[in-house]
Amino acid sequence: MTKQSNIEGYDLPDEHGHFGPYGGLFVAETLMESIEELNEAYAKYMKDPEFLAELDADLHDYVGRPSPIYHAERLSRETGGAQIHLKREDLNHTGAHKINNTIGQALLAKRMGKTRIIAETGAGQHGVATATVAARLGLECVVYMGAEDIQRQSPNVYRMKLLGAKVVAVTSGSKTLKDALNEALRDWVTNIDNTYYIIGTVAGPHPYPAMVRDFQTIIGRESRTQMLEKTGALPDALVACVGGGSNAIGLFHPFIEDNTVSIYGVEAAGLGIETGHHSAPLCEGKAGVLHGNRTYLMADENGEIIETHSISAGLDYPGVGPEHAWLKDIGRAEYVGIKDDEALAAFHALTRVEGIIPALESSHAVAYAIKLAKTMSPEESILVCLSGRGDKDIFTIAKLEGIEL
Amino acid sequence: MSRLDNCFKALKETQQKALVPFITAGDPNADFTLNCMHNMVKAGASIIELGVPFSDPMADGPVIQKASERALAAGMSLKGVLDIVARFRQTDQLTPVVLMGYLNPIEFMGYEAFAKKAADVGVDGVLTVDIPPEESAELISAYDTYGIVPIFLLAPTSHEKRIKKVAALAKGYIYYVSLKGVTGAASLELDSVTDKVKEIKQFTDLPLAIGFGVKNAEIAANIAKISDAVVVGSALINCISDANGDENQAQTGISKLLSDMRVAMDAVTKT
Repeated sequence: MTKQSNIEGYDLPDEHGHFGPYGGLFVAETLMESIEELNEAYAKYMKDPEFLAELDADLHDYVGRPSPIYHAERLSRETGGAQIHLKREDLNHTGAHKINNTIGQALLAKRMGKTRIIAETGAGQHGVATATVAARLGLECVVYMGAEDIQRQSPNVYRMKLLGAKVVAVTSGSKTLKDALNEALRDWVTNIDNTYYIIGTVAGPHPYPAMVRDFQTIIGRESRTQMLEKTGALPDALVACVGGGSNAIGLFHPFIEDNTVSIYGVEAAGLGIETGHHSAPLCEGKAGVLHGNRTYLMADENGEIIETHSISAGLDYPGVGPEHAWLKDIGRAEYVGIKDDEALAAFHALTRVEGIIPALESSHAVAYAIKLAKTMSPEESILVCLSGRGDKDIFTIAKLEGIEL
Repeated sequence: MSRLDNCFKALKETQQKALVPFITAGDPNADFTLNCMHNMVKAGASIIELGVPFSDPMADGPVIQKASERALAAGMSLKGVLDIVARFRQTDQLTPVVLMGYLNPIEFMGYEAFAKKAADVGVDGVLTVDIPPEESAELISAYDTYGIVPIFLLAPTSHEKRIKKVAALAKGYIYYVSLKGVTGAASLELDSVTDKVKEIKQFTDLPLAIGFGVKNAEIAANIAKISDAVVVGSALINCISDANGDENQAQTGISKLLSDMRVAMDAVTKT
C-alpha cells in the first residue's frame, strides 16, 4: 500500500523563499527592513559553529533531547496491522515540539541584540515555549492569544503568566490564532527596533517557513537514526498532524528523498470536510496569500479568510506552511483529514492502551495512524510524531464529555 | 496623461498640495461611501483612496480594522468596491480614485481580471499593502496592460537600496508611511519625516504622499509644507464610528475635517 516517489536533489526554498509558487515575502514595506535583517542573521548563524554548538547543548541539557522513539506494541497489536512507533516530542521540556524552534529563535534574537520577544499562540504551547526561553534568557516577553483560545486553554495562559510573560487577549476578527498573528505583526512594525517576533510555525514571510523548519528538523534527523538503530530500517510511513505544520515538516523534511517512505499530513476535518466546519486548507482550500506567504488557505469566493473549526486550538488555522502546499502539489506527501470525534477516540485509545495522554493536535495523527495501520502488514512500520502531551486539553475534553472537574 | 498626473499638475499651478482622504468602502454601506466620495471632493479632496475591506488587515490599527469588519458584515467585497467606483464615475470623471487593500482578494479574482475590471470602472491606481516590489512583477505587468498605476509604500526603515527599488517600479505617487507602526497610531514626528522626505526625493521625481498619524488640520498643514500630498484615514473613519449609525452626522464630521485641512494646507502653500 505504500507509495513510491522519486524526489532527488530537493533544495527549497529558493533564495527568495519560494517553494514553487508558494511561500515568498508578502509583507508591507514597514516590515521589509526587519525581515532583511533577520534573513542576514539567520543565514549567518546557521553556519556559525559556535551558535550551533550552543543550540545543540541547549537542546540536550534544557529540552532533554534526543526524545525517544517508543514502539506502541499494545496499540499496534489491538489495531492489527503495521507496527506503530511514536516520536515522543511530548516528553520535551514544556511538553511539545514547539520548544525546538523557540530555543533556536531566542538564541538568534539574543545574537541580534533584541531585548523584547513577541509571539502568537493558538493552543498556548508555542506561547509557553516562548515564555519559557524568554524567562531563561531574561528577555521581555509578550504573547498574543485569541480571546476564544484563552478560554479554551486557560492552564497554558496561567503557565505563561507564571513564566513572566504578558498575555494579550486578541478580540479582533475570529479571536483565534490567525488574529493573534495579525496582532503580533502589528506589534512588530510598531516596536521594530528592539523586538524579535518568534513565529511558532512554518508559515509567515520568508525566512520563517525555512528557519522554523530548520529548527524543527531535529525531529526527523533523530528519527531517521533511531528507527535505523531500533528496527534496522526506515519506517514505511510517517504521520504527523498539520495546523501550520511545524512538527510535520520537522519530521518529514529529512525523509523527503527517502523514496520508500510514504508521508501523511493530517489536517483537522473538524465536524467533517463536507460541513465546511474544519481547518483543512490542504484538503479543501485554494491558493492565496495570507500572513506573508502564498499557500493553500480557507477563504470565501471573494478572498476573505473564513473562520475555521477544530476541537484542537493548535490546528485551528486557515492557512498552512507553504512547503506543505508544495509537497502536496508535487505528490510527495498526502494530506488527509481527521474529524473531531475520531481525534477524541484516538486520544482515549492511546491513553488507555499505552498510558500516554496525547495532545488533541497529536491525537489527529494517532487517529490516522490507526486507520493506516489496518491497511498495512505487521512487518511494516509507521512513525507518528506525538507532537505534544495532552494535559492542557483535559479540561476541554471533560467539558465536551459532560464531566465536572 | 493619467488622471493622477493631471491632478498633481493642476495642483502645482494653483500652488496647492493634494489632500487625499481614505475611507473604507462599504463602511457602513455602499450608498454612504458613494455619497461621501462626492462630498469629500466638494470639501477639498484631490484624490480619493478607497479601502478594500479585508478580513485580516495586518498593517492597520484598530480604527480601520473595525471599519473593515463593519464593511464586510454589510456584505462589501472587492467586486462591490468596483461597483461603487463605477457609480462614482457616472458624475465625476476628474477625481483620481486609488484602491488600497490587501493582496488576497485580488489573488482570488485573478490579477488580469482585476486589472481589467478596475480599468473599466475608472480606477486610477492600486496600493496593495502586502506586496513589496520583490513579489510584484506579475501583478504590475497586468496593471501595465490596462493602464492601472501601481502605488508603493516607503517607511522610516526603508534604506537607500529599498528606496531605489520602489522608485524604479512606482508610478503616480509614492506613499510615505510617516511612522513605525500601524494606521492611526500616535502622531508623527515632523523633524524625522522632513529628513526622510529629503532622502527619498534624491531618488525619485514622483510626488510624495505622507500618511499615518495625520489627525488634524495643523498636522496636515505641516505635512503639506514638506510633501506633495497629505493622506488622512483613521481620523475620518473615527467620524463614522463616533456617529453610531447617524450617517448625516458622520458626513458632516468628515466634510468639516477635510475643509479645515484644505484651508490650513492652502494657507501655508499659497503665496
